[in-house]
Amino acid sequence: MLDLIWLIPALPLAGFILILLFGRLLGEPKSGILAASMVGASFVVTVAVFFELLSKTTEERHHVLTAFSWMPIGSLHVDLAFLADPLSITMALFVTGIGSLIHLYAIGYMHGDPKFSKFFLYLNLFVFSMLMLVMGENLLVTFLGWEGVGTCSYFLISFWHTRESAATAGKKAFVTNRVGDWGVMMAMFLAFGATGTLSYAGINHAAESGALSAVTATGIAMMLFIGACGKSAQLPLYIWLPDAMEGPTPVSALIHAATMVTAGVFLMTRISPVLSIAYDWAPTVIAVVGVATALFAATVAVAQTDIKKVLAYSTVSQLGFMFLAIGSGAYVAAIFHMVTHAFFKALLFLGSGSVIHGMHHEQDMRKMGALRVLMPITALTFIVGWLAIAGVPPFAGFWSKDEILLFAFAKSPILYVVGMITALLTAYYMTRQVIMVFFGEARWNDHSEENGAHGDFKPHESPKVMLAPLVVLAGLSIVGGALQLPFNHNTKFLEKWLEPVIEFGEKDISGTWADNNKYILLIVAIVVALTGIAVSYLVYSKKKFAAIEPNVMAQGWFYDKGISNFMGGPGRKAFDGITWADRTIVDGAVNGVGKLVQGAGGFLRKGQTGAVRSYAAAVGLGVVALLVWFFVRGVVL
Amino acid sequence: MELVVFVFAAAMILVGGIGVVLRSHPVHAALSLILTLFGVAVIFVSQEAHFLAAVQVIVYAGAIVVLFLFVIMLLGVDRTEDIKTEPFKVQRPLAIIVGLGVTGLVTAAVITSRDVVATRGAGIIEPAMTDPDSNIRQLSRSVFGDYVVAFEVTSVLLVVAVVGTVLLTRKVKPASKESQ
Amino acid sequence: MSALIAAATPTTTWYLVLAAVLFGIGTVGVLVRRNPLVMFMCIELMLNAVNLSFVALAKRLGDIGGQTTVFFVMVVAAAEVVVGLGIIVSIMRKRPGANVDDISALKG
Repeated sequence: MLDLIWLIPALPLAGFILILLFGRLLGEPKSGILAASMVGASFVVTVAVFFELLSKTTEERHHVLTAFSWMPIGSLHVDLAFLADPLSITMALFVTGIGSLIHLYAIGYMHGDPKFSKFFLYLNLFVFSMLMLVMGENLLVTFLGWEGVGTCSYFLISFWHTRESAATAGKKAFVTNRVGDWGVMMAMFLAFGATGTLSYAGINHAAESGALSAVTATGIAMMLFIGACGKSAQLPLYIWLPDAMEGPTPVSALIHAATMVTAGVFLMTRISPVLSIAYDWAPTVIAVVGVATALFAATVAVAQTDIKKVLAYSTVSQLGFMFLAIGSGAYVAAIFHMVTHAFFKALLFLGSGSVIHGMHHEQDMRKMGALRVLMPITALTFIVGWLAIAGVPPFAGFWSKDEILLFAFAKSPILYVVGMITALLTAYYMTRQVIMVFFGEARWNDHSEENGAHGDFKPHESPKVMLAPLVVLAGLSIVGGALQLPFNHNTKFLEKWLEPVIEFGEKDISGTWADNNKYILLIVAIVVALTGIAVSYLVYSKKKFAAIEPNVMAQGWFYDKGISNFMGGPGRKAFDGITWADRTIVDGAVNGVGKLVQGAGGFLRKGQTGAVRSYAAAVGLGVVALLVWFFVRGVVL
Repeated sequence: MELVVFVFAAAMILVGGIGVVLRSHPVHAALSLILTLFGVAVIFVSQEAHFLAAVQVIVYAGAIVVLFLFVIMLLGVDRTEDIKTEPFKVQRPLAIIVGLGVTGLVTAAVITSRDVVATRGAGIIEPAMTDPDSNIRQLSRSVFGDYVVAFEVTSVLLVVAVVGTVLLTRKVKPASKESQ
Repeated sequence: MSALIAAATPTTTWYLVLAAVLFGIGTVGVLVRRNPLVMFMCIELMLNAVNLSFVALAKRLGDIGGQTTVFFVMVVAAAEVVVGLGIIVSIMRKRPGANVDDISALKG
């Protein structure tokens, strides 16, 4: 079975090619079913590989399948190879699993859209790229997938490209990602220069054996972190993610909640040995950026009115938690939170998609309310997701978030406090969202004349093909915590499973104050979550206190606007300056050479008088010169 | 005695040469040329090149200059040239540089190497009362002996020159021009 | 005075210097004069200067080859004059007011 791991990315690629050739012929819904079954088949293969890996011992869980020698150039030897080890299979499992659920959902969501087949074309291409990313044996295959998911993200965000805001959002995502990609490329150059190879095995081995200097390791880790900031939407490169909500909701669920944005976390975990031998300030920087992003995004989410934007900022915030984990040396916790986050965030996005679908594409939460009566299954699954993300036990989010905060406390209590505040805010704004959408009074008919609704507009429940994935994800959100329960070593399945990959870098906090008092911290986490829920309930349901949603928070602390103004103003002037320099100096130099030659030619042209006498004079001068030469040679020398 | 001859001949040569350069009327210039040629002929005689002196006078002064005069008269280019003006401003200074340069350098070369020049040949046989044709004899022995090939080639050259000139200066009739 | 005159005999060098001066005069003439025929005459001056130096050196070195060379130079000079004047005639025939500067078709 392990020899068939190439099937895992190949099946979505086959789906892509088939839809490319026959998409228009197949039409709706056959192209959607084809795409979903391809990803589903890939999931089945992944599960089979998973069980085969399980049957091996811990040391043997590392299988490389080389498809072909990609770049044999001098000393650089890069193969198109796939690596099946615990980390890559974990990633592949939830990419293909959640991917197939979302494909199924999209068949219902995109019903009636004229570009139905094209949507699944891009979706399959995306799953293929993501699988190349996670299953790559070396940095270059991962980078291939990295760029591929960025491109598909662009295609899918600007799917309804006739809408200008969608086209702009797609461009913004691509350009911002590109800034991060520079970091990945620099890291590849550094890695190759220091170790002579781009494969993870080679680089990590160099790090573990001490062949990699701390300086180089810090450089590689920091450069990859810059790439991760771009792809996983951390400060300062998060600005594309809220705008990416212009894409259809399945896109938001798959790409911007479950898979693409986790690529940064995956990459940092892959090179955990390198990060662990870097200078101490490197993980600290990662942790600080992560927790700062988490807090920042949480504050902004509190003031959003668009149902998807709340979830977008929530994603940024949760990704911040994952980077906090990485910075604290808690790679298992980061992966754990990534998996549980994939479950409940995809659930929440798909649920919001169901709401939007039922509300005939209305996305403003102020125009919703009391939807639990008319959309019961959606409401129920959404509530499960809400409880998971808020950190209420025994739902999945509680366990993973608590694990991260434990390690954060061991690194620095300040990080813990900021993380706790963010957790409080998370519970607060998610409760706000649930109340505004599903409870309270029905507000959808208040301004019905404005949105051109026909008189008695009534939201309706979504079709079964959309509800089934919601139910599955809800189930996973409930039991997902069982992967890594902190009680004792026997319950830590994920840690045992991931051990060969992260053992070198994982921090050991046994014996610290945090570890000894982890049950106290557990209780504190529960209390904080419940407090957040309670305060939000009081504000939005009972209306005991006024809602604090200042404009500055709604506008994202004017960070995005600030960048636009800076780039448009001084930034533009700088670029104009560079253009001027290029035109005047560089082009001027090149043109100047031409002008010089022209001038010289024009000057020399004057010598071509056409008159015999001037030519004779020239000959005479030559004779004199020769005579001087001979004279000097004969007499002086 | 030789000194007097030299001075006299040198004067003729230089006056004639300067006359050729400075006289604006081409006929005057031609006559100055004749003066120079006569001067050169005198020096030929003093240097024991009697035959060449005769040839100089007959061929150069007698034929070539006459040819010049024919062409001057034929083309009506007897109008005087305006020697005062010079369209190329740089030409006159250049000419002076070139002239002085050539003269000076050759003179310098000649003077510095005057001791190096050594006898190498059999010697020029000076004509005496008993043997007045010695120069012609010696010269003809050289021309028809050592340099006979050059002699033959030069005669071919003469033929070619004559034929070529006739062709060059032919006035072409319009009818035969089309057939070309 | 007569002793001085008798004492100074012209050596070969004097003749060679005279030839050099004549050559220089000829060069200047070629460069300065605009009438094609006068330019040609100046070229003849230069040729004569060369002949002069050949003959002087023939006497000095005692080699009759110098005079032979002059012989050939004169023949070739005659041929050259014939051809050259022919060319001048055919060019200048059409143009009144002969001026060598007018032939400037190669002007760049």
